[in-house]
Amino acid sequence: MSKATDTDVQEDGLIESVSGPVVTAADLDARMNDVVYVGDEGLMGEVIEIEGSETTIQVYEETSGISPGQPVESTDAPLSVDLGPGMLDTIYDGVQRPLDVLEEQMDSAFLDRGVDAPGIDLEQTWEFTAEVEPGDEVEAGDIVGTVPETPSIDHKVMVPPDSEGGEVVRAESGEFDVEETIVKLDTGEEVSMHQEWPVREARPADEKQTPTTPLVSGQRILDGLFPLAKGGAAAIPGPFGSGKTVTQQQLAKWADADIVIYVGCGERGNEMTEVIDDFPELEDPTTGNALMDRTCLIANTSNMPVAARESCVYTGITIAEYFRDMGYDVALMADSTSRWAEAMREISARLEEMPGEEGYPAYLAARLSEFYERSGYFKNSNGTEGSVSVIGAVSPPGGDFSEPVTQNTLRIVKTFWALDADLAERRHFPAINWNESYSLYRDQLDPWFEENVNDEWSTTRQWAIDTLDEEDELQEIVQLVGKDALPEDQQLTLEVARYLREAWLQQDAFNDVDTYCEPAKTSGIVSAIKSFNDEAFDALDAGVPVEEITSVEALPRLNRIAVQEEWESYIEELEGDIAEQTRELY
Amino acid sequence: MQKEYKTITEISGPLVFAEVDEPIGYDEIVEIETPNGSIRRGQILETSSSAVAIQVFEGTSGIDKNSSVRFLGETLQMDLTEDLLGRVLSGAGDPIDGGPPIEPELQRPIVGSAINPYSREYPQEFIQTGVSAVDGMNTLIRGQKLPLFSASGLPHNDLALQVARQATVPEEGDGDDGDDTEFAVIFAAMGITQEEANEFMDDFERTGALERSVVFMNLADDPAVERIVTPRLALTTAEYLAFEQDYHVLTIMTDMTNYCEALREIGAAREEVPGRRGYPGYMYTDLASLYERAGRIKGQEGSITQLPILTMPSEDITHPIPDLTGYITEGQIIVDGALNSQGVEPPVDVLPSLSRLMDDGIGEGFTREDHGDVADQLYAAYAEGNDLRDLVNIVGREALSERDNRYLDFADRFEEEFIQQGFDTNREIEGTLSIGWDLLSMLPPEELNRVDEEFIETYYREDERAEVEAEA
Repeated sequence: MSKATDTDVQEDGLIESVSGPVVTAADLDARMNDVVYVGDEGLMGEVIEIEGSETTIQVYEETSGISPGQPVESTDAPLSVDLGPGMLDTIYDGVQRPLDVLEEQMDSAFLDRGVDAPGIDLEQTWEFTAEVEPGDEVEAGDIVGTVPETPSIDHKVMVPPDSEGGEVVRAESGEFDVEETIVKLDTGEEVSMHQEWPVREARPADEKQTPTTPLVSGQRILDGLFPLAKGGAAAIPGPFGSGKTVTQQQLAKWADADIVIYVGCGERGNEMTEVIDDFPELEDPTTGNALMDRTCLIANTSNMPVAARESCVYTGITIAEYFRDMGYDVALMADSTSRWAEAMREISARLEEMPGEEGYPAYLAARLSEFYERSGYFKNSNGTEGSVSVIGAVSPPGGDFSEPVTQNTLRIVKTFWALDADLAERRHFPAINWNESYSLYRDQLDPWFEENVNDEWSTTRQWAIDTLDEEDELQEIVQLVGKDALPEDQQLTLEVARYLREAWLQQDAFNDVDTYCEPAKTSGIVSAIKSFNDEAFDALDAGVPVEEITSVEALPRLNRIAVQEEWESYIEELEGDIAEQTRELY
Repeated sequence: MQKEYKTITEISGPLVFAEVDEPIGYDEIVEIETPNGSIRRGQILETSSSAVAIQVFEGTSGIDKNSSVRFLGETLQMDLTEDLLGRVLSGAGDPIDGGPPIEPELQRPIVGSAINPYSREYPQEFIQTGVSAVDGMNTLIRGQKLPLFSASGLPHNDLALQVARQATVPEEGDGDDGDDTEFAVIFAAMGITQEEANEFMDDFERTGALERSVVFMNLADDPAVERIVTPRLALTTAEYLAFEQDYHVLTIMTDMTNYCEALREIGAAREEVPGRRGYPGYMYTDLASLYERAGRIKGQEGSITQLPILTMPSEDITHPIPDLTGYITEGQIIVDGALNSQGVEPPVDVLPSLSRLMDDGIGEGFTREDHGDVADQLYAAYAEGNDLRDLVNIVGREALSERDNRYLDFADRFEEEFIQQGFDTNREIEGTLSIGWDLLSMLPPEELNRVDEEFIETYYREDERAEVEAEA
């Protein structure tokens, strides 16, 4: 796709018919999934069906005014992305055209069509440091040198995965553009910084391993109750307004991945603008550099052509795999996979394919699992280890989780963060329902948390889950008879659970301090609530009425821990005060 | 290229199929002349080398196989000029106010192009609508698309008019709009009744708003297919005024439900595979191509703010039309039947309402530093009080604790004092926030866990609290 189309479109075939984004061409010699240029303006498209002499093409740009008889040119290459230094700190559309370059070339704030641009700047030069010497044997995937791409990330230049390998005969350090040869092999093969890779094909790796490190998100409910592993896959389904996008953005901001790929698939333009505006200003909590230095954005907003929406998740995951090959931990956020599925449905309907459930094509489940399977913790062929974690937002119609996209996604992912309209309405954010969500990585990750954060991590968490579960059951009774009809110990449990919800599970993404909560603080808050719980039940056993316990003066301060920068001393003092004031009651 | 064809092979609902012997471009416009001389306009929905499918805007009745078809070789364009302000046009863009014909300065295709997300400016400018339920709880921002989700029989039009009438952007220092940028209203009616249309027109004329408005009228008895182009004409005009003439444009589109019905009608006539409830599978994409035309552009003065109105069939928010809309727009304002029957004006149910752009457009420098916290706390307290109402129905107020009773009272007063204001009252944001604090002061300060302690010190009203406690 890097071939600029300033020349005229060749007449390899002729347009036969046009219906929205679907165009058929006659006498075109092309393979399935090859990229073609359509019409006098050379709109980019992809072959999606071949039947006799008729080829069906999905076009990535608006087709108004395109008429039968116009030419179609075949490129004889599948839809590919350009890989090399220059991808970070960039914002692409669904087929990897840099949006800033498009703005410049079109000289307009509106997206015109028929303009092509390579995914990486072919003219910019980079400081390459060779890490191989003449005489070294290299194989496909091996790292031959590095380029300081951004202050946060060293870009590792690798031998392309389809190379046969060989002995290095020349390796030069210095300033090069991405097309120049930097390493030459005895087979005559020349390695440059620029690679291309077809988006619909997973990049090869040696072995997929069981992940054991968490992707720390700085979000209490995620790290504390439903953790995601580096290399894991998670789904966030929820009705509109429940906070999918805010949760995704929080993850993109604070997750401790080396690289973040954020795919805005069929979502709002203003949301992407917010990301573009915010990220350069925000600091990466681990390196202190701008967040944008580790981020690559792919924006295909809902009013951009539907076929490009279908391809944007593939563009994203291919870039993610490329960084994984360098040995980085990559997190990919796809917001929202439902829009991707709908794009498949729309194209499928135009092809008049037999529909499956709710009009989605019968291959929906296969495509979803293919995509999520590209996540994982990998041992790469060059000996490094890297991971791709995928977090997919799902937008179920009417918030009904029984629809095909949610259901098929849940069959694959191991972490499920269920967003809840009810919680969102009462402004409990993040509106993740703690009764419905789950993470199957918990046991795998507990050793890490116990070694690095708190050796009572899993027991405290279990206590919190039990308390919340009990609250859930008690609430049903309260709905019928009122709180005061409950026995005192249960009333106390309700109070403790309320603090768990308000002081621990709730987190304010818009508060400068609270937006990121390190695991130690997550653990500290829940421990503080547990120590109140223990003191309170001791007091209850000693005969203190529950109203007196719950009106202990220090208690509301539990709700303020989250916004404290100096939380350690704050908790220590608070725990002391709560103990003292509770004990005064008896 | 103005060749005439008498080759119509099939007429079905709003569609006409014809054979052709030259290539016809997708989306281009077509004129069909019936035997009695009337001319209908249509658009190419599908084209191949030998045949085309045409969607006819003005309805197909009267068209027969002898009608002649002319292909104009261009896509549908809107005639644009600043003189459109003050004019009333039909749903197809022709003047119907008896005024002179439009003399266009330029023409633009009505499909529009997507705004490059990189070129957008993030909307952050607070619009004061003077409605507490909006300003205080679901703030409208310049460049936002914020629909009213309503239902038949509810006063959504009054609310939309109130917003159109009162909307201002408070400037630093003084109260009036001091910059050079002017304000314009684009009103696109799709399938509303003549009476509703009159209501809007009367209000526009009464308040003098008409001279800074462009009105597009597709009424209930106008052809349904025309509704597909009405909002596109309106938004093309809005883009021209906003991004070429530097106006701040407020676009009211009503009723989006009728638009979607028209979309379904065409889908059915083309025998497409239907999606949910018979609506076409591409309805999300289609609606997005309208709603996403709201926004701001870097380096441009003007803006497009959208206030679409849709009536939810049987107040069902999971119906495909509100559902898909909610996934595209930046929030929603819910007009509620129960509050309406209580006589609350405007009957906005704030709990399921939402403004996604609110957080970045309020607070210090925009409204007031405590705005975000106050709104959060009001939400939480009202939600709690509202929940308790179910319980009261079962166990009665006496069985509830003092705290619970306090929250119940809070919920009642919130509806009676904060939401209730009448369609003619214009409340400054300061006023809205001060009512908010009056209500929050019913609760003890330690219950206000969403509010920064500093703000509690500054704004909390001990006298209110004392009063409430004396009553209890």
